[in-house]
Amino acid sequence: MAVHWHSFFFWLMAIMACGFALAVVFSNNIVRMAFYLILSLGAVSGLFFLAGADFLGAMQLMIYVGGTVVLLVFGVMLTARRPWVDMQTSGGQWVLAAVVGALLLAVLLQTAFSVPPWQSSAAAAGALPPAAEPTAGPLGLAMVGVRVERMADRPAAESSSGLAGYLLPFEIVSVHLVVVLVGAAYLARARRRLSAAAPARPLEEAPQ
Amino acid sequence: MNLLGQPVGLVHYLVVGAVLFACGVVCMAVKRNAVGVLMGIELVLNGANLNFVALGSRFLRADSPLALGLDGQAMALFVIVLAAAEAAVALAIALNYYNTHATIDVDEADQLKG
Repeated sequence: MAVHWHSFFFWLMAIMACGFALAVVFSNNIVRMAFYLILSLGAVSGLFFLAGADFLGAMQLMIYVGGTVVLLVFGVMLTARRPWVDMQTSGGQWVLAAVVGALLLAVLLQTAFSVPPWQSSAAAAGALPPAAEPTAGPLGLAMVGVRVERMADRPAAESSSGLAGYLLPFEIVSVHLVVVLVGAAYLARARRRLSAAAPARPLEEAPQ
Repeated sequence: MNLLGQPVGLVHYLVVGAVLFACGVVCMAVKRNAVGVLMGIELVLNGANLNFVALGSRFLRADSPLALGLDGQAMALFVIVLAAAEAAVALAIALNYYNTHATIDVDEADQLKG
């Protein structure tokens, strides 16, 4: 039997993503949770590549796996003390969360299965997907306000509706990122100056 | 095995996204470690991102006018950037909380309870 390799790698990445996401939920050790999260996010980036979003998959690997998770691991290392690495949740809360999560999953799955199939006719016939075109160029031009991938199939005289790019959201998110990073640096530094002025005060006074 | 012989469709991606989303919600609800709650938020955002990418994928869409195209990838890119910003601020807050309370357990943060 001919193996559809696109489907094979999809199932591999999908099982990795879902399995390690479940491992994040069911693990109690925060360091192991961070490691499982890295594997799950890496598998999701593989799914991005399989869907034809090559630039986005690379960004997922660089920003999420290379940046955000490293930030989380630093947070774990700065806050992990022996009694708090393994924090247990009581059984009642587990049951309640499992019920709520199962209900949410049931609703989401029902919605997902009610979406009409969008496969193109070639894909439905079992053909391999076409060779991937790089999306970095059109995506970057869309960020500065030019939608080259939509200009191809419409004459120039037609109205320019739908051709608006992402220049304004791009600027907003850039300013937002700067403000957030300055704020995060301020938040993380202020307490250290205070505790340097009054050394080791918070640790003794803290209520348990 | 018949599963490997068939091409994947949009529904497969949506199911994976739904599983990631539900895992993230349960993780947010169950974990007592503040960093663990953050990891749940990352899982939720990844499930949403997967749906964006699948709805805009060149391989999965028909010639439907509803297909997102490159818009889905642009949205997912914005989500990734905002998630990075959110993780930075939330970790700064978590470190401050740890410095003042000497614990990272979110159940201990009840000073604002009326």
